[in-house]
Amino acid sequence: MEQYSMNLTLKVWRQKNSAERGSFETYPVKNISSEMSFLEMIDVLNEELIRDGKDPIAFDHDCREGICGMCSMYINGRPHGPWQNNTVCQLHMRAYKDGDTIVIEPWRANAFPVIKDLMVDRSSFDRIIQAGGYISVNTGSPVDANAIPVEKDMADAAFAAAACIGCGACVAACKNSSAMLFLSAKVTHLALLPQGHPERRTRAMNMVAQMDKEGFGACTNTGACEAVCPKGISIENIARLNREYMMAGLASDK
Amino acid sequence: MLDSKIPSGPLEQKWTDYKGHVKLVNPANKRKLEVIVVGTGLAGASAAASLGELGYKVKAFCFQDSPRRAHSIAAQGGINAAKNYQNDGDSIFRLFYDTVKGGDYRAREANVHRLAEVSVNIIDQCVAQGVPFARDYGGLLNNRSFGGTQVKRTFYAAGQTGQQLLIGAYQALERQVALGNVKMYSRHEMLDVVIIEGKARGIICRNLVTGELEKHFGHAVLLCTGGYGNVFYLSTNAMGSNVTAAWKAHKKGAFFGNPCFTQIHPTCIPVSGDHQSKLTLMSESLRNDGRIWVPKQKGDKRKANDIPEEERDYYLERRYPAFGNLVPRDVASRAAKERCDAGYGVGTTGQAVYLDFKYNLINKYGRAEANKLGIDNPDTETLIRLGKEVVKEEYGNLFDMYEKITGENPYEVPMRIYPAVHYTMGGLWVDYELMTNVKGLYCLGEANFSDHGANRLGASALMQGLADGYFVIPYTIGNYLADEIATKPIPTDHPAFIETEKQVAGRIDTLMSIKGKQTVESFHKRLGKIMWEKCGMARNEQGLKEAIVEIQQLKKEFWSDVKIPGSINEMNPELDKAGRVADFIELGELMCKDALNRNESCGGHFREESQTEEGEAKRDDANYSYVAAWEYKGDSNWELHQEQLTFEVAKPTQRSYK
Repeated sequence: MEQYSMNLTLKVWRQKNSAERGSFETYPVKNISSEMSFLEMIDVLNEELIRDGKDPIAFDHDCREGICGMCSMYINGRPHGPWQNNTVCQLHMRAYKDGDTIVIEPWRANAFPVIKDLMVDRSSFDRIIQAGGYISVNTGSPVDANAIPVEKDMADAAFAAAACIGCGACVAACKNSSAMLFLSAKVTHLALLPQGHPERRTRAMNMVAQMDKEGFGACTNTGACEAVCPKGISIENIARLNREYMMAGLASDK
Repeated sequence: MLDSKIPSGPLEQKWTDYKGHVKLVNPANKRKLEVIVVGTGLAGASAAASLGELGYKVKAFCFQDSPRRAHSIAAQGGINAAKNYQNDGDSIFRLFYDTVKGGDYRAREANVHRLAEVSVNIIDQCVAQGVPFARDYGGLLNNRSFGGTQVKRTFYAAGQTGQQLLIGAYQALERQVALGNVKMYSRHEMLDVVIIEGKARGIICRNLVTGELEKHFGHAVLLCTGGYGNVFYLSTNAMGSNVTAAWKAHKKGAFFGNPCFTQIHPTCIPVSGDHQSKLTLMSESLRNDGRIWVPKQKGDKRKANDIPEEERDYYLERRYPAFGNLVPRDVASRAAKERCDAGYGVGTTGQAVYLDFKYNLINKYGRAEANKLGIDNPDTETLIRLGKEVVKEEYGNLFDMYEKITGENPYEVPMRIYPAVHYTMGGLWVDYELMTNVKGLYCLGEANFSDHGANRLGASALMQGLADGYFVIPYTIGNYLADEIATKPIPTDHPAFIETEKQVAGRIDTLMSIKGKQTVESFHKRLGKIMWEKCGMARNEQGLKEAIVEIQQLKKEFWSDVKIPGSINEMNPELDKAGRVADFIELGELMCKDALNRNESCGGHFREESQTEEGEAKRDDANYSYVAAWEYKGDSNWELHQEQLTFEVAKPTQRSYK
């Protein structure tokens, strides 16, 4: 692919901390190569800001390989920008052309308060996992790994759900700020494996209760979450979560 | 002075005997003992969870916003274990032997054997936690092969094995958080270790959101803080990966082992320009199915697909017929560099070689699928179509990632790859119990120096991280803490805590008061350039001596001209980065010093002065069969201690993969 260079206008959300009000600032950036990643373009801007004695833009990022789930930018009205199945760290500037204006905001949700600029607090996700997103097995001597065969289709489906990186794009895209895609991916991952069966009922109940407590909204099945998920997590998982939740609420084995 | 505390007895009995005789702490006493775990990657998360389960009071720290972000998550290809599920002749001994040989006889036999022993437990543990490893149609676990071995012992979850293992450990950790056994501190960075009467008793850390310094007490401190590959600026490490925690411990007395042992991974996406902030790995597992080649003709500018088969040089298959494309990483990296330096490299920079899947796409996967479907004499197009489906399932996410970064479709054209810094075998010196020479200060996972010698085999980092955290430290820490049950928690207004906090605050003040002209990033880039050029894939005496002088100058310049925006008592990522880069600069000097001292080639450490006629690494066992453990003696001043290595079972030979 031919490399080209572009000049852009960025409108970036700036907010000093969680207590103060934020606003948009406009920054021109020049000579951006189409081969740069989006975050490298922000790096270039930040270097300029620092040299000019200004405060650089704070944003979360770490692995820059699309797997740690830390990067989180809402770009022109879409979490992680225009590409399908993609995190912003893997977005490259060949997605843009000379003269474009790009609006960059943080994830917006009550359960994700802004820490600074584009950085938000997603510890609510950790607390949802704490409520039951695990299999209660201590380190020790479990049975041999091959003692319990798992149907390949089930194992593959569990893996597809477990691929969630916990970035929160689903929440950012949802008009209700619901965390159902995130939660359902975890419930599905564990419910499809025999190892996860013993706790499946309490897991679904407790995780949903924690999600509500954190202030995430309800799911109205618009599918916005699935459309922006960088890992292609399917909303079928939400249907499965609803079944798990219903079963947990209605049925009793005792 | 260096006591590695390796138990006596036959190699295969050492760990069993150790566990049978090690001191225990009773459950009531465990509740009174506090343990600090810094870092929440595979080693840290598994250690924190396991110690919490045992009943210790654990405090865990990470600089990211959640423990699930640690860079273990990016590991792609797999995790080794001597399960021998494939019936292909694997055993604990083979895994042990491959690892010692792969490390070019610079690792401790006893540690490596223990690693191979517990590898089988790791897989059982992870499956019980719900880690969705790849399975075959019978529902049993699948394996693939990795470099430096001739068996299939690598367990995997597509190209996201590290992610799945870390999420398993993270969930175990969060379960302990929910139970109140572990208290989690995210967005906290350790900035010093507190030592009282010769024992590690706590840490000073910075709350990265508020900028405040905090003091935390622990009866023992575990550093699980990963490797220091970012000393090269460009590496496959995450942006935040740093040496600071380990370096602070080093400056407080912990010896640094084999700092120059760096792994350059052969298959990474090449640098595309000056803006590059990091490099991306393409998993070693791709070498199962990809063939590496360059044109036979120098400076051949044709497109890869236009170069006919007979004009391609599959140089690994040519040079190493027995292992072919699956030679260990150090060997594959040097071979790529050799071809590119000789003018055969491809791409715009000439600093790349091809990794080509077409052959196996057609001949291995395509044909197998065609056979299954009963298609006789399939044409190439059908074979490619059928093969693609299989390759997609095995490596889909990696192929997608390659396309996003380069804009090229690797199903159609070969990948362009080049070696990049990936892992550091060196790290804090630890004994058999994973304790540094500072009492009560432990080091686990990539942050320690112990198990991989001078070169790590693929899929062994995940194995070591989890071995240390799940199955080693829960036993060995008891041997220390059993004698600490009478030690009451030390209040953090103890003079040692106050003094250490003052030093940390003083350093931050100094950094902020420089108010120079050059950004932190620019210093980091310059350091990286020096390290890559003079302490990278090939090293020589003159270059290393120059590098030391250049780094010392860079350090002076940094401390007089660095520009850090913002202030101290707020979130300030530039300040965090400045502290890390300052530590990297000091580490860089030590790495060069270590590389200069080790006048032999071994594994990833290639001294140009020491090579065979065929250009392979030539060890000097008579003079360098030791771990170089460096003691910090003040500014630019270190004293070398040697731990002699003895090989009773895996007798050192010239490593050959031919």
